[in-house]
Amino acid sequence: MRKVYHKILQIAGNVITVEAENVAYNELAEVTSSRGTSLAQVIRLQDSKVSLQVFAGGRGISTGDEVRFLGHEMQVASGEDLLGRVFNGRGLPRDGKPVLEDNLINIGGPSVNPAKRIIPRNMIRTGIPMIDVFNTLVESQKLPIFSVAGEPYNQLLARIALQAEVDVIILGGMGLKYDDYLYFKNTLDANGALAKSILFVHTASDPTVECLMVPDMALAVAEKLAIDGKRVLVLLSDMTNFADAMKEIAITMEQIPSNRGYPGDLYSQLAARYEKAVDFDGAGSITILAVTTMPGDDVTHPIPDNTGYITEGQFYLKNGRIEPFGSLSRLKQQVNGTTRADHRAIMDAMIRLYSDFKSTLEKQSMGFQMSTWDKKLLKYGKLFESRMMDLAVNIPLEEALDLGWKTLAECFEPAETGIKTDLVKDYWPENL
Amino acid sequence: MLDNNKGRVVGVNGNMLTVEFDTKVTQNEVAYVRVGEESLKCEVIRVRGNRADMQVFESTNGLSVGDEVDFTDELLSVELGPGLLSQVYDGLQNPLNLLAEKSGFFLQRGLYLPALDYEKVWDFTVMAKVGDKLIASGRLGFVYEGMFKHYIMLPFDWRGEWEVIEIKDNGSYKIGDVIAKVKNANGEIREVTMVQKWPVKIPISAYKEKLLPTQTLVTRQRIIDSFFPVAVGGTFCTPGPFGAGKTVLQHAISQNAEADIVIIAACGERAGEVVEILREFPHLKDPKTGRTLIERSIIICNTSSMPVAAREASVYTAVTLAEYYRQMGLNSLLLADSTSRWAQALREMSGRLEEIPGEEAFPAYLESLIAAFYERAGLVRLESGELGSVTIGGSVSPAGGNFEEPVTQSTLKVVGAFLGLSRERSDARRYPAIHPLDSWSKYHGVVDAADINRAKAVLRQGNDVNQMMKVVGEEGTNIDDFMLYLKSEFLDYTYLQQNTFDKVDGTTDYDRQRYMFSKVLEVLNTEFDFTDKDEARSFILNLRQMFIDCNYLEFQSDEFKAQEAAIAAKIGEHSKNA
Repeated sequence: MRKVYHKILQIAGNVITVEAENVAYNELAEVTSSRGTSLAQVIRLQDSKVSLQVFAGGRGISTGDEVRFLGHEMQVASGEDLLGRVFNGRGLPRDGKPVLEDNLINIGGPSVNPAKRIIPRNMIRTGIPMIDVFNTLVESQKLPIFSVAGEPYNQLLARIALQAEVDVIILGGMGLKYDDYLYFKNTLDANGALAKSILFVHTASDPTVECLMVPDMALAVAEKLAIDGKRVLVLLSDMTNFADAMKEIAITMEQIPSNRGYPGDLYSQLAARYEKAVDFDGAGSITILAVTTMPGDDVTHPIPDNTGYITEGQFYLKNGRIEPFGSLSRLKQQVNGTTRADHRAIMDAMIRLYSDFKSTLEKQSMGFQMSTWDKKLLKYGKLFESRMMDLAVNIPLEEALDLGWKTLAECFEPAETGIKTDLVKDYWPENL
Repeated sequence: MLDNNKGRVVGVNGNMLTVEFDTKVTQNEVAYVRVGEESLKCEVIRVRGNRADMQVFESTNGLSVGDEVDFTDELLSVELGPGLLSQVYDGLQNPLNLLAEKSGFFLQRGLYLPALDYEKVWDFTVMAKVGDKLIASGRLGFVYEGMFKHYIMLPFDWRGEWEVIEIKDNGSYKIGDVIAKVKNANGEIREVTMVQKWPVKIPISAYKEKLLPTQTLVTRQRIIDSFFPVAVGGTFCTPGPFGAGKTVLQHAISQNAEADIVIIAACGERAGEVVEILREFPHLKDPKTGRTLIERSIIICNTSSMPVAAREASVYTAVTLAEYYRQMGLNSLLLADSTSRWAQALREMSGRLEEIPGEEAFPAYLESLIAAFYERAGLVRLESGELGSVTIGGSVSPAGGNFEEPVTQSTLKVVGAFLGLSRERSDARRYPAIHPLDSWSKYHGVVDAADINRAKAVLRQGNDVNQMMKVVGEEGTNIDDFMLYLKSEFLDYTYLQQNTFDKVDGTTDYDRQRYMFSKVLEVLNTEFDFTDKDEARSFILNLRQMFIDCNYLEFQSDEFKAQEAAIAAKIGEHSKNA
C-alpha cells in the first residue's frame, strides 16, 4: 500500500503542491476531496515539495485533502478491444461500457528512431481536387487544417477520414463542442465506420487539464496498432485547445512565457505529438490530421506558427474552401511524380495562373482597363474557383487533371501557361 | 556524506535536474544520473553553492529526489577518427543505425553506443618516422576512408613539441591500436591511437592562420551562384517562413554543392525530412566524383521529438566533425536545419534556469552564441601549408516569418550571405523562393559583377514598374517601362527560377551558368520593336517558354543547340539591333 499524504502546501489554479517523499517525476496520484477523486500528475520536484496538476481542476480542493501516489505514469489500455469505444480525457469509458484494463501501456513514449522510418509512398485519395491535385495527402503525413471558428473543419476532417482507406480511425477531441462530438460519432456510425474507430473525447465542458492527455492517449494507442501492422488515421481537433491548456499550466507554474504567454517549449511539446506520425519499416503507419483554429485568423499566432514548422504542410480552410495559397503538402513530391506525367505541371501552372488572376482582380477593383490578358485571367479564375476549389466537387484525381487541361484550353494559348511543350503535345485538348 | 564524484538529485523540472554535490564540479561537465537500471547522460549548465543545475539529454520520467548522480570530469565530447563518413548520428554522436539494431523502432532511453567501429581494420600508411618532431595536428600517417586520405594526427589539444619515439609500420590496425609513442621536452611519454576526443563546444584551432574566403562554392543553383554566391569557407543563412522551401533548398545544396565533405545537422526539424536523406543519399551520385553522396556525408539527426538538450548539442557535434575533416585539407560544408530550433532549445533551458529573459524570452547571450557558432567557419592554412575550410549554412525559421526576430537578426550580423526566402514568391510557385531584391551576398559569384549588377537593375526597375502599374494601370504605363517589367519577369522565369526536382534543370554547373547567363543578358540588352503591349507580352511569353524548354535540355546536346538556334531566330524577329 502506498503512503497517503495529507499536507497540501499550496493550491494555485489547477496545480497543488504537497510535501512527500520517494515520488517520481511524471508519476500519477489520486487526490480525494469532498468533490470526489481526481487523477493528478507530478510536474515538478523540488527538495521535498511535489507539484501536481490536478486533472479535475483545483476548485474545491482543501489543504487537508488526501493525496495518494500510484507509483506509475499515466497509462491507457490498448489493442483491438478499443475499437468502437468512446473514452474521456482520463481514458475512462464515455459510452457506459466496462472499463478496459488489459494491455496497459504508458503514454508519451520515446521517439521513433529515424533510421527505422521509411519514405512515405502511398497517396491518400480524398476526391477533393484542392487536395488530390494540388496538395496530395500522403500516408504517414502529419497535416493540420488551419481555420477559424465557424468554418466546417470538423466536417472536412470527417469527410477525409471516411474516404481514406485506412484500417483504424482514432479521434482525439480536445475541447470539442458536444454537438461536434455527436456529429463525429453519428457520421462515423452512419457510414459504418464506428466499428473501426476509437474515440477519445474531451468536451468543452470537461475540466481543462484533462484535455492535455488526449493526444498522448490517442497516439499511444495508434502507435501500438501501427506496430501490429495497422494503418491508422488519427484525427486531432482542436490542437489550439491543447496548446491553451499547456499555457494555463505554465503560467500557474510561474514559468517565463516566451511569446504571448505561451511556454518556451511549445514547439517541442507540439512536435512530440505530431512526430508520432510515422511509416514503420516493416509494420503499419500513423497519419495525423489535426485542426488548429487560428485566433483572430492570424497565422503568425504562436500556435499555428509553431505548428506550421512541425507539420508536413497545412490546409487553409477559409470561406468554406481550401485556399490555394499557403496550403501545402510537403510530401506531395513523394507521390505526385508517379500518378500521371502531367500531374506536377498542371499543379504548378494552374496555381501560378490563379495567382496572376488574383493580381488582375486587384487591378480590376481599382477600376483599371482590362487588357486581353487580364480578361483571359478573369475567365480562368472564375472557372478555377468553381471547378477546383468548391468543396462540393468530389471527383477522382485523373478526372480532376483532365478538367484542369480543359480549363486551361478554354482560356489560354499553350505558351501562355508556361507548361513544357512535350506535355502540351500529349495533353492539350484539341477540340473543345 | 557523499562519495567523491557523486551527487544526489534534489529537484526535477522538465529536463532540468538540480543536484547536490560535495566534490569538484566543472561547468559543462558530463554526468550520469541513475534511475533504476538506466543511466541518463546530462551536462552541468550552472553551479550555485553546492548545487548544480544540469540538463538531461533524455526524458526525465521516473526520476526522483535522492537519485544518484555520477560526475565524469569530462566535457561533452565527440570521437574523431576513421569511420565517421556515411554515418548517421544523433546529437550526442550515437550511431542511429546501430541503436535501431539494438533497440528496434524506438530510441531506448539511456542506451549509448560507441560512435566509431573499434573492430574494423584499416590499412595504415606511415608518414612520420622515429625522431620526427610534431606539434598538435601533425600527421603520423593516413588510412583511406573511401576516396579520402584520412590523416592520423597528433591530438589537437596536446601542447608543445612531441618527438616520435616509436611508430608502427604500414599495416592493418584497428582504430584503438596504439600506432605511435611520442615524448615531449619534459620527458612525458604518450600513446597515439587513430581516434581522439574533442569537446564539442570548443573550436579546433590547430592551424596556422585564418584566411579571407574568396573562391565561390558552386551549388549549381543559379540564383545562388550567380546572384547571391556562397564562398568556400564562408557563411550564409536561409531564413524563411514555413512552407517557403528552406528544406528543399538545403537538400538541393547538400546534393549539388562542390564541397568534399557535407555534414547535415537536422536540428529539431521533421524526422521525415531526414529520412529522405537517409534513404536517398546511398543511391544518389556525387556530381563531382561519381561516388554515392553518402560516402562524403555525415548526418547528425536530432529531430524535433528527440530530447531538447541533445538538440542543443547537435549543432556543436556537427561543426566539430566539419572542423576535423578541415584539418585534413578538405573543404567541409555544414548545413544546419534549423538554427532557430537550436536557439529555442537554449530558450527552454534558460527559462528553466529562471534567467532574466531577453527579447521574445530568448536568453541575453543568444547573440554571442550565434556569432561564436558561425565564426567556426572559415578558410584556414593548416600547419602542413595546405588549405582547408568549413562553410556553414544555417536555415532560420523565424516566428511568423518575420525577419525582425532575435535569431534572424543575430544571424544576419555574422553571415556573409543572406538568402531570404519569401512567402510571396513561394505562394506564386516561384522556386527557389529566394527573394532577389531582399537578399545579399558579400562574396564573388560565377559571373562578372558588372553583368550581375545590370541584371539586378533590371529586376529592380521591373519591380518598380510593376508597383507603378498597380496604381496607374497597364494603360497608364508607357511601352518602354512595360518592356522593363516584361524583361524582369523574363529573367525571373528563365534564370532565377529553377526546378529542383528535374535532373537537368535542377543542377546548372559553372560552365552552363556562365553560358546561359550571357544568353539571358543578351535578351535583357536587346532593344525590341513592338507595336503594342499585347504583342510585346505575347512575344516575351513565347521567348520565355523557349528558354524554359532549353533549361530542361542536356547542355550542348543536339536538341540544346537546335533550341538555341530557334531562340536566336525568334529574337531576330523583333530585335532593333538586327
